[in-house]
Amino acid sequence: MKYYTYYPGCSCEDGTATAYGMSALAVAKALDIELHELEDWNCCGSSPYNAVDELGSLCLAARNLSLAEKKGLDVVTPCSSCYIMLDRVNHHLKESPKVRAKVNEALAAGGFEYKGTVKTRHMLDIFVNDVGYDAIKSKVKRNLSELKVAPYYGCQVVRPGPGFDHPENPQTMERLIESLGAKATPFPLKARCCGGSLVIPEEDVALELTYKLLENAVSNGAECIITVCPLCQVNLDIYQGKVNKKFKSNFKIPVLFFTQLMGLAFGIDNKTLGLEKCVVSPDKVLAKSSTAGKGG
Amino acid sequence: METKEKTSNTFVDEICSIPGGEEIRLCIQCGTCTGSCPNADKMQYAPRQLIAMARAGMRDEVLSSNSMWYCASCYLCTVRCPRDIKPTDLMHVLECLAGRHGLSTKKNKTPAMYQTFSSLVYGTGGMPEMGLMLRYYLKTNPFKAMGMIPTAFAMIRHGRISLKARKLKPESQRQLKAILDKAKELGGS
Repeated sequence: MKYYTYYPGCSCEDGTATAYGMSALAVAKALDIELHELEDWNCCGSSPYNAVDELGSLCLAARNLSLAEKKGLDVVTPCSSCYIMLDRVNHHLKESPKVRAKVNEALAAGGFEYKGTVKTRHMLDIFVNDVGYDAIKSKVKRNLSELKVAPYYGCQVVRPGPGFDHPENPQTMERLIESLGAKATPFPLKARCCGGSLVIPEEDVALELTYKLLENAVSNGAECIITVCPLCQVNLDIYQGKVNKKFKSNFKIPVLFFTQLMGLAFGIDNKTLGLEKCVVSPDKVLAKSSTAGKGG
Repeated sequence: METKEKTSNTFVDEICSIPGGEEIRLCIQCGTCTGSCPNADKMQYAPRQLIAMARAGMRDEVLSSNSMWYCASCYLCTVRCPRDIKPTDLMHVLECLAGRHGLSTKKNKTPAMYQTFSSLVYGTGGMPEMGLMLRYYLKTNPFKAMGMIPTAFAMIRHGRISLKARKLKPESQRQLKAILDKAKELGGS
């Protein structure tokens, strides 16, 4: 059994990515991981808060890490944005005694202190590096050998780093997909930006970036895409219809969270994994793998 | 010229005083940031140029431009920068300063979205995503919300919209506000 402090983040808790939270918890359980949710955690503030008050944004993360520091476990989150917001506080505190002093002066106003000792981890990292590809492979119950999957990393799971994989040409998910028995397709734009939250104020800018990603995945033979980020999933899945309208394209490619693909391979039922929450239905693509039978 | 240089130092000092802005003086103007940026073509001044202008003391031109608001925080420039100046963080610093000096561009809706987002986080400690969308559209362009109706229906149909918003315990919320108020006060001094 492995133990972690769990920080779900707002999207996975009760936002657009509840299926990510549900599937992450189910997969963690299957892999003998015990996740203890951080009590009374606050929003990480994401990129918008550091565009408004940089020090405040460091403090939002620092309050969470201060709460976690008392538990003494690594903090794990499935959300790329939460991951980077939490992670960068440690870098800032280490690099600058001045920032460290300021953050702690602000924290003290709420009765907190953060020493900077908590390791922040992404869910993908703990699954592949703490549990390992072999252990993951040993849990596979369903034959997905016919399924061609494009691994989409996006930005903040690998950048700015240094993190657990290469910042521009990561390989973790390719190995994961192979361990699950599916086929990883080439995806040259796998670590390029989807436009993130700009989809709200600058929809056209984000749709153009998302179009390039979808086109790149499909033209390389992918039948579905997996992501590690709530916002990337929103742009690629929910906005896929808008992309089609704007670019007169005809994409119909399902976009799953990587934890949903893991859960499918482990034989966990669709409802527990929240598969019905995908706007572009994965049913058709998955049908052929269920008829292919187990084992193989 | 004398005035210009004086302004220049003040502006660069101000940038350096905010976490993430410290390394702007190290820039060698190689243009790797601009070459890596997915949105450089949308910006009034691409990242390399923006940095040059900031160092030349062109405070108002820099802070009222739309450039930093097109940064999607993809960090590609940051991992490639040969001088390790962290241009992504620098963009965030410029956004903070634009807000602080009341110079944020009105031509671009991103400052309004970030403001709405941040005030919700400040007020609740969480991020009610639907509340964000509603408030943002009401604040900027309610008619634009019409174009979102089909998307909203798809989201409802697939259970992607949650109306319940997570709230912190009242005590925690008070603590968080005290921390954020103090952070604002300490700001960029």
